[in-house]
Amino acid sequence: MKFTKLLTSLALSMSVAGVAYSDLVIPSLEYRTGPYAPNGIHFADGYADYFTLLNERDGGIGGVPVRFLPCETAYNTEKGVECYESTKGEGSLVYQPLSTGITYQLIPKATADGIPVHSMGYGRTSAANGKVFSHIFNYPGTYWDAASIIVKHILDQEGGDLNGKSIALVYHNSAYGKEPIRTLEELSKKHGYDLTLIAVDHPGQEQKSQWLQIRRERPDYVMMWGWGVMNQVAIQEAANIRYPMENFIGVWWSASENDVIPVGQGAHGYKAIAMHGVGDDYPLYDDLRKYVLDAGKAAGDGSNLGKVLYNRGLYAAMLAAEAIRTAQGISGNADITSEQMRDGMEALSIDAARLAELGLPNFGPPIQVTCENHGGPGLGAIQQWDANTQSWSLITDFAGADREVVDALIAEDSAAFAAENNITPRGC
Amino acid sequence: MTPDILNTIEVILNGLMTGVMYSLVALGFVLIFKASGIFNYAQGVMALFAALTLVGFQTGQIPFSHLINEIFGTHVHNWGPGLNSVLAILLTILVMILFAWLVEKLLLQYLVNQEPIILFMATIGLAFFMEGLGDLMWGADIKTLDVGIPSGGSFWWEDVTRTWVSEGYEYYGMYIDLLDVWAAGIAVLLVTILTLFSQYTKTGRALRAVADDHQAALTVGISLRSIWVIVWSIAGFVALVAGIMWGSKSGVQFSLSLIALKALPVLILGGFTSIPGAIIGGLIIGVGEKLFEFWIGPLVGGATENWFAYVLALFFLMFRPQGLFGERIIERV
Repeated sequence: MKFTKLLTSLALSMSVAGVAYSDLVIPSLEYRTGPYAPNGIHFADGYADYFTLLNERDGGIGGVPVRFLPCETAYNTEKGVECYESTKGEGSLVYQPLSTGITYQLIPKATADGIPVHSMGYGRTSAANGKVFSHIFNYPGTYWDAASIIVKHILDQEGGDLNGKSIALVYHNSAYGKEPIRTLEELSKKHGYDLTLIAVDHPGQEQKSQWLQIRRERPDYVMMWGWGVMNQVAIQEAANIRYPMENFIGVWWSASENDVIPVGQGAHGYKAIAMHGVGDDYPLYDDLRKYVLDAGKAAGDGSNLGKVLYNRGLYAAMLAAEAIRTAQGISGNADITSEQMRDGMEALSIDAARLAELGLPNFGPPIQVTCENHGGPGLGAIQQWDANTQSWSLITDFAGADREVVDALIAEDSAAFAAENNITPRGC
Repeated sequence: MTPDILNTIEVILNGLMTGVMYSLVALGFVLIFKASGIFNYAQGVMALFAALTLVGFQTGQIPFSHLINEIFGTHVHNWGPGLNSVLAILLTILVMILFAWLVEKLLLQYLVNQEPIILFMATIGLAFFMEGLGDLMWGADIKTLDVGIPSGGSFWWEDVTRTWVSEGYEYYGMYIDLLDVWAAGIAVLLVTILTLFSQYTKTGRALRAVADDHQAALTVGISLRSIWVIVWSIAGFVALVAGIMWGSKSGVQFSLSLIALKALPVLILGGFTSIPGAIIGGLIIGVGEKLFEFWIGPLVGGATENWFAYVLALFFLMFRPQGLFGERIIERV
């Protein structure tokens, strides 16, 4: 009798638990420790706070609460893979690895497990080809888009002619830092500028040789593909040699307040490419303060709101949430699976009206993801730092990359990947 | 002179200055190794911790404020506008002395007579503990450090050297960073003070006695534990100087602890037990890596400095395993 009661209560509690655990699982591979923590914390706070807002204000997405699973990677690839392995069984819907190294490791694993990866503006650029990379997405733009858009901006500055001009690329000596080289080489053939490649070893605390070289060779423009302390030191050294800051342009991972504030007035005028809006002058922030910050549910102390990398985390979360809504619409289920999430990501469409509805008017360009194109619109704007007001401002509209050059490179690289890995491209 | 020769001189000069910056970190390792035979893995983290504490005092930040706010639901961050740089540096020195005392009290006294590898492992643990403690006390965000040391290229030096170029060449003048010049001056002052302290004070003589022979020093009444506190305090002070110099360049952040990696080839080359060795080793590494990058770097894709410093150190190691100025290790069986 006692045994029957035990079984009955066990069955009851399991069924109750089954209902209670109906949720949308979002793992967060974050880094709040280690040398890259100052950047990782901002992104992680933005990513977490947006899902908290949806839970607190709307009761989740489509009536199903979001269960957030943070896992510390310390920006270490091995730890990132461990985080993936330990959380994938929880019903994880999408991974945002926040590291090019971790992304490269997860590409085959996640594809085999049927879980989508969103490497937003990082990772393997040719993953934009959805025919080859069925589960990998890198919208709203790729490194190659970024390189091309920066060159376009330089073209605008120079009246459309770069013949005889020189551009130096100061890059992190890693897979991440080397990503834009091919694109810049192709563009140099097309536009006639001289390209100088200047590598900086991890972590980039000492860059005297590199900046002495720039001082000697006096390139007309310097582009930077850096991360962490490399960015601050590079901007400091550029200020030291009195390099004109308005000709120094970084990728979107060399574009945060952390990179310019330590340099003080010397960083005034530094530029970078942006994939989304800057600051906190958006209606959504009122809700964030009301439902998350003031309610004591924020991931951080609230001091990061509106900073570039906080906004990026928030943007990534918003894109994930919208993909969940899309997936719910397609499947007819509120409690979706990771494969349905993938379908949602592949059908993601956000226009200006939807952004305004979300409380983020003009925060980013309209996004349309398709089966062929996982890289999104590939648009970027240029932002510039004002050391007097300690703020970034967008100085251009969102513009597109040179598709003729970038798409050809994506097709070539993804075809090579498909051949190496015996992947037959999907028909889209 | 042709611009090529002037550029080479510029590279050598900047290599020397960079070498001094490496030496500042290496000095802390040498002091502790010389007095206690411990390779202090935590030296880089000590530089970070000292710089974090200094900025904390300068900005009036409440230590552990994140933790306090989390536990008590408060919103405290600062106790006031902060202290001026001199007062903040003095208070940071006191914190580093307290740290040295705690290290001796809680760690070293239990490890007397242990194998060097055990002591080394203990400092690895200490490094991770301090990294976490620094994060908890002062937060992980990047902090701006300004103690009034000028930085940036020297206009005067540019103007002077511009006239050195032969006629018919275009030359912009030589670059030298004022912060590096200050670092060189401070390093010279630091080494002079350390040398005078160790040669002409009673405590300095006791330090040398312990460095020469622990057992003999104990038999003449020198307290090993007091000496350890003093040595770790001095190493803490040196870490503060290194933290200020490196932190002024890049802001104070957790990657500052990685500067220890730059000190290792300096130690291998200069010897683990010699203060002048740390300086000379730093200069050789600094000039060597900069010249290699200048001449050979463009041929091999650049970014040669990290590995070349170790190759250079290993080359010296083949001929002088104890380093240029290190004491020869003789073990009798």
